[in-house]
Amino acid sequence: MASTTLPAVKTAPEATSAKRPRAAWARRAFVPSLSIVLGLAAWYFVSYALLTPDRRFLLPPAHEVLTRALLDPEHVRPMLEALAVTARITALGLTVATLIGVLAGILMSRSRVVEQVVFPYAVMLQVVPVLALVPLIGIWFGYGSFSRTVVCVIIALFPIITNTHFGMRSIDRSLHELFTLGRASGPRRLLSLELPAALPSILTGLRIASGQAVVGAIIGDMFFAQGEPGIGTLLAAYQATLRSHDLVAAIFLASLFGVAVFSLFALTSRLAVGRWHSSGAR
Amino acid sequence: MRALIDTMQGVDAGHLLHGQQISVDRVRMRYATGTTALEDVTLSVARGEFVAIVGPSGCGKSTLLRLAAGLERPTAGSVALGTSSAAFIFQDPTLLPWRSVRKNVALLTQLAKLPKDERERRVDAAVEAVGLTAFAKQLPRALSGGMRMRVSLARALALEPEVMLLDEPFGALDELTRDEMQSQLLELHRRAEFTAMLVTHSVSEAVYLADRVVVMSARPGRISGVVEVGLPRDRDAAIRFDPRFVARVSEVSALLHGRG
Ligand SMILES: Nc1ncnc2c1ncn2[C@@H]1O[C@H](COP(=O)(O)OP(=O)(O)OP(=O)(O)O)[C@@H](O)[C@H]1O
Ligand SMILES: [Mg+2]
Repeated sequence: MASTTLPAVKTAPEATSAKRPRAAWARRAFVPSLSIVLGLAAWYFVSYALLTPDRRFLLPPAHEVLTRALLDPEHVRPMLEALAVTARITALGLTVATLIGVLAGILMSRSRVVEQVVFPYAVMLQVVPVLALVPLIGIWFGYGSFSRTVVCVIIALFPIITNTHFGMRSIDRSLHELFTLGRASGPRRLLSLELPAALPSILTGLRIASGQAVVGAIIGDMFFAQGEPGIGTLLAAYQATLRSHDLVAAIFLASLFGVAVFSLFALTSRLAVGRWHSSGAR
Repeated sequence: MRALIDTMQGVDAGHLLHGQQISVDRVRMRYATGTTALEDVTLSVARGEFVAIVGPSGCGKSTLLRLAAGLERPTAGSVALGTSSAAFIFQDPTLLPWRSVRKNVALLTQLAKLPKDERERRVDAAVEAVGLTAFAKQLPRALSGGMRMRVSLARALALEPEVMLLDEPFGALDELTRDEMQSQLLELHRRAEFTAMLVTHSVSEAVYLADRVVVMSARPGRISGVVEVGLPRDRDAAIRFDPRFVARVSEVSALLHGRG
């Protein structure tokens, strides 16, 4: 290898290069912060300017939600306990959906027949609104946490199946031929080529599914209220009793939970494939 | 054992004559789409020989190589490969993006289930041979196109194959890198003495590398002529200015343009 050495390029002075990242960070944080401040301002505007005191319960101001619900242990403890129940169901539902979905995706990519058999059902999972299935699920599986898990699985399954399938189908033909010429066994091909190559896709599917699963678990809580209450169960109860401070607080916690789950999967993606694949890089 | 493996791969070793390593006998190749890619192609490559194949785009060069590798089966005729130790070098580097350079180079030796210390030795040697030791731990995305192609070459070398099938391996490289890769390949062929079948678009590359240049004509692909290069095996870039080299190049060009 002939290599030519170039004279070192002059870099910017230390001072500016050290300051720049912080400045960039501040600039990036500025607009989102402003957006949150404006949102809070709008909230207070509705609470105090649009709503008369006797109707203020429709949207209690932010600080009241904080002091009367979120910071009051008596109020917030049942919410956190319910959130833990919902989280457990979400995790269980996602795990089951991942196992079924990845397996289905792999089998579909292995056989044209399986693909044709499974695909209509996968599409049905996507197009049938889960709410329409709720009565049937109730009749079949009862009105407790098992049915909540079922809702969660149903709603999370489609993105996992389709993304796994897509990931497996998009593998370069020459890569497959490389393994064929190396006389790789089926399991070897799966572990060394197909799964790693499809992983970015599978993780994208999981990321989408995780958001869906949270929605599914909360809907499940609302309709299948027997047994331990989930956060959705509480939401329905607060609504029925017009406890709007608690209602807003529970909505806030549920959203926070959704964001946490989504971020967890985004982070997993980045850690798992960000090194070599652009989909995990941000 | 070898015969058994070959049969399993769908390549029949029965037709090889003494000293032959690759034999393509009256092969016709018609794809399911109805395209006849090859018609009555007969070609034999001796052990240790370096054969280059040139021809217009779409004339079936890749098809011929894929047949030799056992990646396709002929519609008629027979193909025989005298070894189970063959490496195919694709037109694109075809690397696993999640594996480091070193682990990519190790892939085929792992699939071949070589013992670990043997594997390590060969992988190190192959990475060294293509001058990528300093990049052994990098991922392919951190390499240039030429470097990736060298990883692909090293992966084949680590197998220490008896046959190398190369499909336009340097087609996508700039001229400088290509010249360097060609010299490297020549050097490797001198040292490792494998049999090579190389597809290329470049007449001068063919003459520079090969003992024999096979010229093909357009669809359906047939062999329109064979040129014996007849230059000494240990050649270097300067041979391009040798009158014999120039004569062979014009001979191949004439065949290629149907003036044979
Ligand atoms: N898998 C396939 N299915 C159907 N037709 C194919 C297939 N592969 C190649 N062909 C056809 O066979 C003919 C020869 O193709 P091939 O790839 O062997 O050509 P080539 O000489 O390698 O061309 P190039 O120099 O452009 O790479 C072409 O007409 C092509 O369309
Ligand atoms: Mg080709």
